[in-house]
Amino acid sequence: MENQAVTERIREVAKRLLSDGKVSCVIGFEKGTVPMRERPYFAYTPEEADKLIWTSFCCNNLANFLIRRDLGEAGKIAIVAQGCVSRNIVGLIKENQITREQVFVIGVPSPGMLDRNKIQQMIGANKVITEVMEDGAELVVKGRDLEERIPRKKVMRNNCYTCVQRNPVIVDELIGEETAPTHGGNIDNVAAPWEKLSIDKSWEAFADNYKDCIRCYACRDACPLCYCHVCFVDETMPQWCGKTQDEADVATYHILRAFHCAGRCTDCGACESACPMDIKVRRLTSKIEKDIRRMYDYTPGMDLESIPPMSVFKPDDPQEFIK
Amino acid sequence: MKNPYIPYPVRISKTLVETEDKQLKSFWLDFINPDDAKGFEYTPGQFAELSVCGFGEVPIGIASSPTEGDTLLFTVNKVGHVTRKLHNMAEGDIMGVRGPLGNSYPLKEMEGKNVVIVAGGFAVTTLRATVTWILHPDNRDKYGKIDFIYGARTPGLLLYEDQWSEWQKRDDIDCHVTIDRAVDGWNGLVGFVPTICEQVAPKPDNAVALICGPPVMIRFTQPVFDKLGWQPEQIVMSLENRMKCGIGICGRCNVGPEYVCKDGPVFTKAQLDKLPAEY
Amino acid sequence: MTDKILSKDQVAAFIDSLKKEYQVFAPTEENGKIIWAEANSADGLLWEFSNTTMSPKDFFFPQSECMARFKNDPKAEGGMIMHPEPELERSRVLMNIRPCDAKAFQLLDRIFIQDEVTNDVYWRDKRDKAILVGLACNNPCPTCFCTSVGCGPHHEAGLDILLVDLGDSLLVKPISDKGKALIDDLPDAKKVDKDKAAQLKKTSEASITSGVTMDNVNKRTVLELFDLPYWDRVSESCLNCGTCTFCCPTCHCFDIQDEVKGTDGRRVRNWDTCMSWLFTVHGTGHNPRPTKKERVRQRFMHKFKYIPEKREGEIGCVGCGRCVQLCPVNIDVREVVNQMNA
Repeated sequence: MENQAVTERIREVAKRLLSDGKVSCVIGFEKGTVPMRERPYFAYTPEEADKLIWTSFCCNNLANFLIRRDLGEAGKIAIVAQGCVSRNIVGLIKENQITREQVFVIGVPSPGMLDRNKIQQMIGANKVITEVMEDGAELVVKGRDLEERIPRKKVMRNNCYTCVQRNPVIVDELIGEETAPTHGGNIDNVAAPWEKLSIDKSWEAFADNYKDCIRCYACRDACPLCYCHVCFVDETMPQWCGKTQDEADVATYHILRAFHCAGRCTDCGACESACPMDIKVRRLTSKIEKDIRRMYDYTPGMDLESIPPMSVFKPDDPQEFIK
Repeated sequence: MKNPYIPYPVRISKTLVETEDKQLKSFWLDFINPDDAKGFEYTPGQFAELSVCGFGEVPIGIASSPTEGDTLLFTVNKVGHVTRKLHNMAEGDIMGVRGPLGNSYPLKEMEGKNVVIVAGGFAVTTLRATVTWILHPDNRDKYGKIDFIYGARTPGLLLYEDQWSEWQKRDDIDCHVTIDRAVDGWNGLVGFVPTICEQVAPKPDNAVALICGPPVMIRFTQPVFDKLGWQPEQIVMSLENRMKCGIGICGRCNVGPEYVCKDGPVFTKAQLDKLPAEY
Repeated sequence: MTDKILSKDQVAAFIDSLKKEYQVFAPTEENGKIIWAEANSADGLLWEFSNTTMSPKDFFFPQSECMARFKNDPKAEGGMIMHPEPELERSRVLMNIRPCDAKAFQLLDRIFIQDEVTNDVYWRDKRDKAILVGLACNNPCPTCFCTSVGCGPHHEAGLDILLVDLGDSLLVKPISDKGKALIDDLPDAKKVDKDKAAQLKKTSEASITSGVTMDNVNKRTVLELFDLPYWDRVSESCLNCGTCTFCCPTCHCFDIQDEVKGTDGRRVRNWDTCMSWLFTVHGTGHNPRPTKKERVRQRFMHKFKYIPEKREGEIGCVGCGRCVQLCPVNIDVREVVNQMNA
């Protein structure tokens, strides 16, 4: 289904839900003010629903906005969700942040989202892009004195190539039809890129990856897993983590954050899309998720029934440390 | 050029646990370099950043009055990282003081007027400084009638008993010290600060009120003064907010356009009425 | 002061002459990003670029900066006493800085240095030891709105020299005495060069079509703006990350932290952000800005109402558009201010 058709269907469903009073709000996307960046939008009235859109630049994970949300009079909100976002909604339900009854999932099969940084770099870092249009398998990139067509497959977000579930896993109303569940990539082939390196080399690669980090915490704040009232980096008594740009402080933040996501991360890529410095945050989280798959045979958020491995205790746990 | 971020080194000359809950402790600090005392010229109402190397800084109102000599007095509530460490420090230990910072009570503008000082709990610190300053022989004649209304939950939570019991003996200040509920062995006033204010009923004519206390005290004291006919311009308060630099740069303590650390901490009620209540 | 001309093939020699006395920095491209880096030659200098991803404020106000050191040993002679860090050793030239960024530093001078007490010696030292050689924008971005906030693509405020790219050569406009001294030896510009520069300025200014309107913001009181119901909506999508504040050339909030390692101790300041919950929370747990609504409001009010109130109408924004480009949820400052003004 073309984006325009999806957009129209989302609006249609949103209007119906809002005018019937089924939900108090529909969380979706509206057109951004800059190219390649649509933005979260909260429609409260049928008129506002006309602003909702769907493109391959809807890169925020909207499940993030379900946390600690006022559910309004209807006691329920609707949310536009592709595969990964729906898996995060499942995660939030399992972690008792929301209940299934509180959300109405407007499911959209994911087209594979696009990476604005890749497009910019392909066109040239010093070029100004003013518009990017999707045209089937191609993108039309326009700017001052420039118009280029590039294949969308080349500029998808890394996580989208290796997506394991493009279709939403819980749905109240599906837009269009289910699509092939994957984009064909195998996450285990690319996950944990530093695993094969020697300890020294892998530390080097790790340090290099985060050297531009400005500690804005956009990766944390864009993540629907990070809902702690007070994040460990903000704790003051005791203060677990230093506040400077020293390598040790920056590394502590990223390592601890990644571990907090173990067995919960759906590889939605919202962290990388949010990062203003284009840091490949997933290189670290992918290692942890790979370990979770290997050791526990678990993929987060695929269904409402399975038990997340990090939140169970078994008396017969084979590992000593827990006893 | 003076570096405003470098604290003066001081030595703790005396400490005293002030309250029965041990939450409040007073520190008397002496400058290690006597010349620094000259550089530290302050007026009641100002504050300083107390610096504990390795732990950080904390903004605390200066409880001593410059009329008492070069030794500085601070009374510190044990709440955070720095104040916990401070409470564990002893006489003879070295720390730092950075300041004086902020504005002060409008002592000049208050001249020729009656002064009502209302304090609740440990917010009494800079008001202790103010009363001490006003009662000094060099200053007392400049002011009219002085009322000092001070309350705490229990007798054991009242600070500076040595001072106010002396003030109670004087006839140039009316000292009304109160506790919330009657207890054995307490012969003074009983009742919340707003109630005592109602009883004392200070007249607004040619007068200024300095009011400091916990938000709940302020909330109930305000209507008492309103009823007595006090105008917002006559009521002076001191604010607290989280601070770091203390000199109006680092950005966190602002209330609207005003920086509590630099434009305050002392504001009139009239000023605050025009500002967002982000404190 | 007379405008000069510098042909592009002479830029290398110009940099060489600067290098005798200064460390020279300029925007360059690295790994697909426009960043500030040391310029040892004319190689890698960019003449066509929008702006660096991050503002150059880091030169004067590093993200992490040691302010003082102490011996972390109460028993040692001179222990537990703070000593300031040494001053900057070498003066620096920031070449090809954009006019908006230079304007931002001029504003920050008024905040870091206000009087005898509010005299940030760390900022001052680095500012005193810097020459800003601006490169006028001939092709502003769609996110640029400098012309509506008292700045412009060829703006001179805060610069020592302004360069205007004429193609094969640069028009070199001396602005300060410090700047003039560096270019005295260059040949004078001809009228045709100056005319061309003036034309480029006009075209460039005209190409900036987006902006903010401030007339009602200026008229309204602090409380009127503060109480606008609009803040609920604008803050709704905000993630409360620090991207906008860290990339911003005028955001200047910081935190101060002590660190110790054995007997070495230091006091460090780090950029901080008003988007953070921790920024304002009291030791008691009370927080004057408890939710993201208050924090988002603070950022816009600070730039467009509080700073103008305190600094004779000067706006705390130079219209560089970085926050518009980098905000992960595309909160667009132009829309926000225009809503405050609506």
